[in-house]
Amino acid sequence: MTFRKYLVLAGVTVFAAAGDSMLSHGMKQAGNISLHHLQSVILAVLNPWVAVGILLLLAFFASYMNALSWADLTYVLPATSLGYVLLALIAKFVLHEQVSPLRWLGIALISGGVGFVAGGPALTSHAHGEHAPAKDEARDRAVAVSSGVDS
Amino acid sequence: MKHLYTWGAILAIVLASVIGDILLAHAMKQVGDIHALWRRSGLWSVIGRILTNSNFFLGLMAMTVAFFSLLFALSWGDVSLVAPAAASLTFIGNAFAAKIFLHEKVDRRRWIAAVLVAGGVALLAG
Repeated sequence: MTFRKYLVLAGVTVFAAAGDSMLSHGMKQAGNISLHHLQSVILAVLNPWVAVGILLLLAFFASYMNALSWADLTYVLPATSLGYVLLALIAKFVLHEQVSPLRWLGIALISGGVGFVAGGPALTSHAHGEHAPAKDEARDRAVAVSSGVDS
Repeated sequence: MKHLYTWGAILAIVLASVIGDILLAHAMKQVGDIHALWRRSGLWSVIGRILTNSNFFLGLMAMTVAFFSLLFALSWGDVSLVAPAAASLTFIGNAFAAKIFLHEKVDRRRWIAAVLVAGGVALLAG
């Protein structure tokens, strides 16, 4: 694990939490959407909170795909759940909302779960994790040579 | 009856998101480590390889199904039931599916983590 990879995991956490909260804030302003009034969906997207939320969720998706390219699904998923913890902490210390004891217990459980996974290896699926990249590297080198590009 | 619809929709969300997560994870393992690939052949090569991967698109489709199932579930049931139930069941489902289909070594450490996180999410979102 390099520093850069920790940054990607942090991106997965932060972008998901920030995107979700902006979307939910924007959708509360935009009002209800029903299947009978589909044009209200377009109006909702014009809401700046919703638009920024969608951009943040795209950033989440990019970092999620990035993380999945070098780590197990069961390694990345607990990281995404840290976003819930982040949201609860923001609710408590920035928005000064009441956080119930049950929610603090939830925070403790998620943090404990993440700690368990983070202590282990990031990639265990050797079947395609180790062999495929080596093959790809050889193929890329062959392509580079045949096209006269020296990498 | 409404109860049954809600749980049916929750089941649909869980199934579709697990299928989507597995397909996306598999697609990205086929693409390979993005950092190494980027350094070797540039950003466009990375994007090209992702966009030409059929598992990636199947995964995206499954995620879209999950999203619309969520909308239906929310129109039948309370968000305080639907969101935590779907999220925590997806965690457990993903741990099983990753072990079976992706051959990840889900050892005791990861099982405990999956159960803890699923419980925590259920408490937080509830």
